[in-house]
Amino acid sequence: MSLTAKKPALPSEDKRWRIVNGTMRRYGFSRDALIETLHTVQESFGFLDKTSLRFVAESLRVPLSQAYGVATFYHLFTMKPPGRHVCLICMGTACYIKGADALLATAEETLGVKNGETTLDLNASLTTARCIGSCSLAPAVVFDGNTLGTVDPSGLKKILEGWRSA
Amino acid sequence: MTPEELELAAKNALVARNQLPHALNVCTAAGCLTLHSQSVKAALEEEVKRTGSPCRVRGVGCMGLCSLGPLVISDPGGLLYRNVTPADVPELVHTLDVAPLSRLQCPRDQAFFQRQMNVVTENSGRIDPEAIEEYIAIGGYQALLHALTEKSPAQVILEVSKSGLRGRGGAGYPTGLKWGTVAKSPGAQKYVICNADEGDPGAFMDRSVLESDPHRVLEGMIIAGYAVGANRGYIYVRAEYPLAVKRFTIAIRDARRLGFLGAQICNTQFNFDVDVRIGGGAFVCGEETALIASIEGKRGTPRPRPPYPAQAGLWGVPTLINNVETFANIPSILRRGAEWFASIGTPKSKGTKVFALSGKVRNVGLIEVPMGMTLRQIIFEIGGGVPEGHQFKAVQTGGPSGGCIPERFLDLPVDYESLRDVGSIMGSGGMIVMDDSACMVNVARFFMEFCMSESCGKCIPCRAGTAQMFELLTRMTDGSGTLRDLQLLEELCDMVANTSLCGLGQSAPNPVLSTLRYFRDEYLEHIEQKRCRAGVCACSPAEVSA
Repeated sequence: MSLTAKKPALPSEDKRWRIVNGTMRRYGFSRDALIETLHTVQESFGFLDKTSLRFVAESLRVPLSQAYGVATFYHLFTMKPPGRHVCLICMGTACYIKGADALLATAEETLGVKNGETTLDLNASLTTARCIGSCSLAPAVVFDGNTLGTVDPSGLKKILEGWRSA
Repeated sequence: MTPEELELAAKNALVARNQLPHALNVCTAAGCLTLHSQSVKAALEEEVKRTGSPCRVRGVGCMGLCSLGPLVISDPGGLLYRNVTPADVPELVHTLDVAPLSRLQCPRDQAFFQRQMNVVTENSGRIDPEAIEEYIAIGGYQALLHALTEKSPAQVILEVSKSGLRGRGGAGYPTGLKWGTVAKSPGAQKYVICNADEGDPGAFMDRSVLESDPHRVLEGMIIAGYAVGANRGYIYVRAEYPLAVKRFTIAIRDARRLGFLGAQICNTQFNFDVDVRIGGGAFVCGEETALIASIEGKRGTPRPRPPYPAQAGLWGVPTLINNVETFANIPSILRRGAEWFASIGTPKSKGTKVFALSGKVRNVGLIEVPMGMTLRQIIFEIGGGVPEGHQFKAVQTGGPSGGCIPERFLDLPVDYESLRDVGSIMGSGGMIVMDDSACMVNVARFFMEFCMSESCGKCIPCRAGTAQMFELLTRMTDGSGTLRDLQLLEELCDMVANTSLCGLGQSAPNPVLSTLRYFRDEYLEHIEQKRCRAGVCACSPAEVSA
């Protein structure tokens, strides 16, 4: 790819690509905007895929390998579509000391998936965090973006079962 | 803005702030927000509007006692109310002029508040973090203006050096010395970076400071830029802290509006601007060279030092990297003088330290104490001790790079050297109390799993060593460990610590080493008797109910 290469066309008519383009423009299509741009892609589409990685890499003139490397290096980026609901269990030290591993076991059993997986019907994803900084409320679980403190296994089970019927 | 104009602005802001006889400050930092303080604030606003009560409702930062949230405090008066719900609101507003609402009142003469000393957190719980006027009203940005108009960069560095401030990220490198190195490094372009990638599990000090008083950090960064000759700054914040990102972004915007950022700051020749960069959830990015790689848009892998970032950092130019709490100390040092700061603390560690106290302790939350306070005072007086029915076992400081400190060292004064001498580190300030329901082998395994997953994979000792150590610890916890495994574990600790590329690997063995040093009998019980005295590990299920 030469330095004078034209900017690639948007992959489709989807308006979300313009949001992605907007982020890159804000940083003057500079190469160090890669991580910021991937954040925008994930916020807009929920996950990263080959199309978006290729589009961002070409637009910012970084090698596709670097874009893929960054996308797979950082835990926050995912290349799999998330479920409709997301259950995130904090596994920080304070939560662990107060029983986060029991919560994870309960969630795995209730949803029938392992940590990092999504149910087959794409209804719910189960994931963990290193520490969400809500140590004063340990153990903490984030349900669809809402943090809940001092969660116990039975309460967790109830919420997850509620997702199934909804 | 000139110093006189700022003084006038501060006066006006203070008058505006005290217009109404009453104010109720509601905590809107992450801890209380999770407990729905937002709905308490909304209910208060509604009630005040409905009754026409002369009271201002203000969202403020963290008040420390996060476990009793949502917290509301009256201003003036300083009456602290805990566990407030929207249902309590009418009564709260109604009793403003009468007597304290004793049902919800939380006494402030208890050790939790009395034993603390607030410098970095002095404004937390007092001002609205999203309003620059509130920060100006209590003397904000005066230190910056004073430095820009009265002091040369060298004088600012001298002041910071004299204060004895050391890096609050954990390693404790003298801040003045670092600033001096960057200032002396040749080059027209330099950068200032604020490390807000608070990755240690169990640490939420930086988050709280950014959510409660973002302008204090920003002011510290601008002063640093002036001192070292940089005109561009970055703050690298964890993506897990969206509220901190939001409040810091607002702070930058407002500071630009009032001319504290941008070209010719306060009519001087100094230009400086700050950008926010959001992390991607990689622990290793707290390491300075990995953080720099991440800001450059690359995978966050560290590189060997030297050259240190002070000589060749971001895009190869001299770069100053300090932690959030380090920058937050700067305005106070310049405002109140290096002598004042140096009078706090121990001979080698000056000032105060913010700790996030959590785990098996009554008062969970954020505290700030002078250096040199003993662990016993922190845990048993401020923290209120271990809840009923359990025995204190150890306190973990420094996260995955730190260690577990047993009871016999509780009278140790907290400073950088004393913690290092007992096999832990100051770290960024996470302090997790463990009682007899915690198994120390399991805790060591927990931290090793952390280091194993967070190892960036660049150097072999860390990538393969942590995985091997995790395997060995797993064998011990599930009951198949041997004495030979223990020996191998100790050999690996030595190898990983001494041959890894960056701090992550070099300090990864610390939790194992410190538990081996103080709780070796627990390791031996797991191996020889297949017994876990806490009943946590798979080798002896449900022997003791936790």
